[in-house]
Amino acid sequence: MAVLDVLDQIKRGYIRDMVKQNKRIDNRAFDEYRKVEVEQGMITSAEGSARARIGKSEVLVGVKIGVGSPFPDRPSEGILMTNAEFLPLASSTFESGPPREDSIELARVVDRGIRSANAVDIASLSLGEDEEGRPKVWITFLDIYVIDHDGNLQDAAGLAAMSAILNTQLPKYEDGQIVREEKTGPLPSKATALSCTFGKIADKIILDPCYAEEVSLDSKLTIATVKDHICACQKSGGGGLSRAELDYCMDLALKKGEELRGKLKA
Amino acid sequence: MVGGATTKELMVDGKRLDGRALDELRPVKITASVLNNADGSAYIEWGKNKVIAGVFGPRPCHPKRMMDPYRAIIKSRYRLAPFSTSDHGRAGPNRRSIELSKVIREAFESRVLLEQFPQTMIELTVEVLEADGGTRCASLVAASVALADAGIPMKDLVSAVAVGKINDQIALDLTGVEDNYGDSDIPFALAGRNKELMLFQMDGVLTKEQINQALDMGTKACEKVHQLQVEALKRVYESKKQEVEAKED
Repeated sequence: MAVLDVLDQIKRGYIRDMVKQNKRIDNRAFDEYRKVEVEQGMITSAEGSARARIGKSEVLVGVKIGVGSPFPDRPSEGILMTNAEFLPLASSTFESGPPREDSIELARVVDRGIRSANAVDIASLSLGEDEEGRPKVWITFLDIYVIDHDGNLQDAAGLAAMSAILNTQLPKYEDGQIVREEKTGPLPSKATALSCTFGKIADKIILDPCYAEEVSLDSKLTIATVKDHICACQKSGGGGLSRAELDYCMDLALKKGEELRGKLKA
Repeated sequence: MVGGATTKELMVDGKRLDGRALDELRPVKITASVLNNADGSAYIEWGKNKVIAGVFGPRPCHPKRMMDPYRAIIKSRYRLAPFSTSDHGRAGPNRRSIELSKVIREAFESRVLLEQFPQTMIELTVEVLEADGGTRCASLVAASVALADAGIPMKDLVSAVAVGKINDQIALDLTGVEDNYGDSDIPFALAGRNKELMLFQMDGVLTKEQINQALDMGTKACEKVHQLQVEALKRVYESKKQEVEAKED
């Protein structure tokens, strides 16, 4: 632990010095993403799936569809459950065991963007009442699997999640049973929500921090957008963020969000 | 969290359900030094929200593996009491409280002079006894006062407030009902001196301009809250001074 701390300190100093000289460790511009790739439908046992790669970061998302009882205060709404697993094989810093706060935060921020934008339109996922008159709804399980970690897992997870949602086909529901072999149509989605994550180092803002940059950040900001609108934000990390910096990030997130949406097959 | 699908009229005759104007803060009352054993503490009533915050430390770091050789670590715990909401909540941490504990901790990490206390930990606990929207902000405000009350050196106090959108209008300090049925919620915290955002979260669908408008509205309220925090701390020292003077007589 102590050895790692020293290495982190050295790395941190190196990265900070570079950023102060307007350079990045991988020669990118401050507002440039690494190579972004998305593919869909690789998991046939899932109702929808997608894999996103941002640089060397890789995240797989599987969507499973179930049927259950709605929340009592929203009887006509479907349920969306988002969970993230940081697989131990993805990084030496990931351990098996109960979810860490990082993975909980990642899943909750992905969920916030999707929910706010109705990217899964839960309002149209009611199945009416069963024979005993109890309300039934579709449950969408969105499981985020982090396969390889080189920073900015948030955007990779958001991209894979959104792509997996667009890839999802609802199964048939007949006599209170799911018939998984038969599909009835796509999972209803009203918007394509995607996030852009920024890091602040030495009073400079960089887009899409890689792992080495991520451990050097003072603070981090994720902004999820739909066309022309912002649908979720999360600042994390100990440092502060000025209003001018926030303003810059919002502008860039709206612009880069459009570019990312171009990568998705609707 | 979610708006749109289930609706409720949140404005009647230009006023909100509790009679407030759009840019009006609920009554906020802060008392510092309310606990015996904690090194610092504070109690806040913010509308119907009731939150108690306690601070222990700096003290030796447990577990040892979390120790930072260069600075103190902050451990934070945010919990909603099972009886604090209309439905009974499960005891123990849930995903929401884990996330909020994290963002509350991070709001203080660059404000507290952690480098002065290497290898130690500062334990920050906030217990929400009654919740009615904006509990993370009330918790942050109380925690900030509790840290100062513990005598822990800080660059400045952190103040917080939530802004949001109800009935298509930007509104300050949403209640639980307004948050539930509203369109957007933006809890945020500002550092007292440089006015940097120490906590910033947002849900709902807004334009950039609406977010800026909401933050401008909230910034004014944060300044008011900051004033109340300072006054609460001053009252502690005044009562201590009176105690000492009474003994001397």
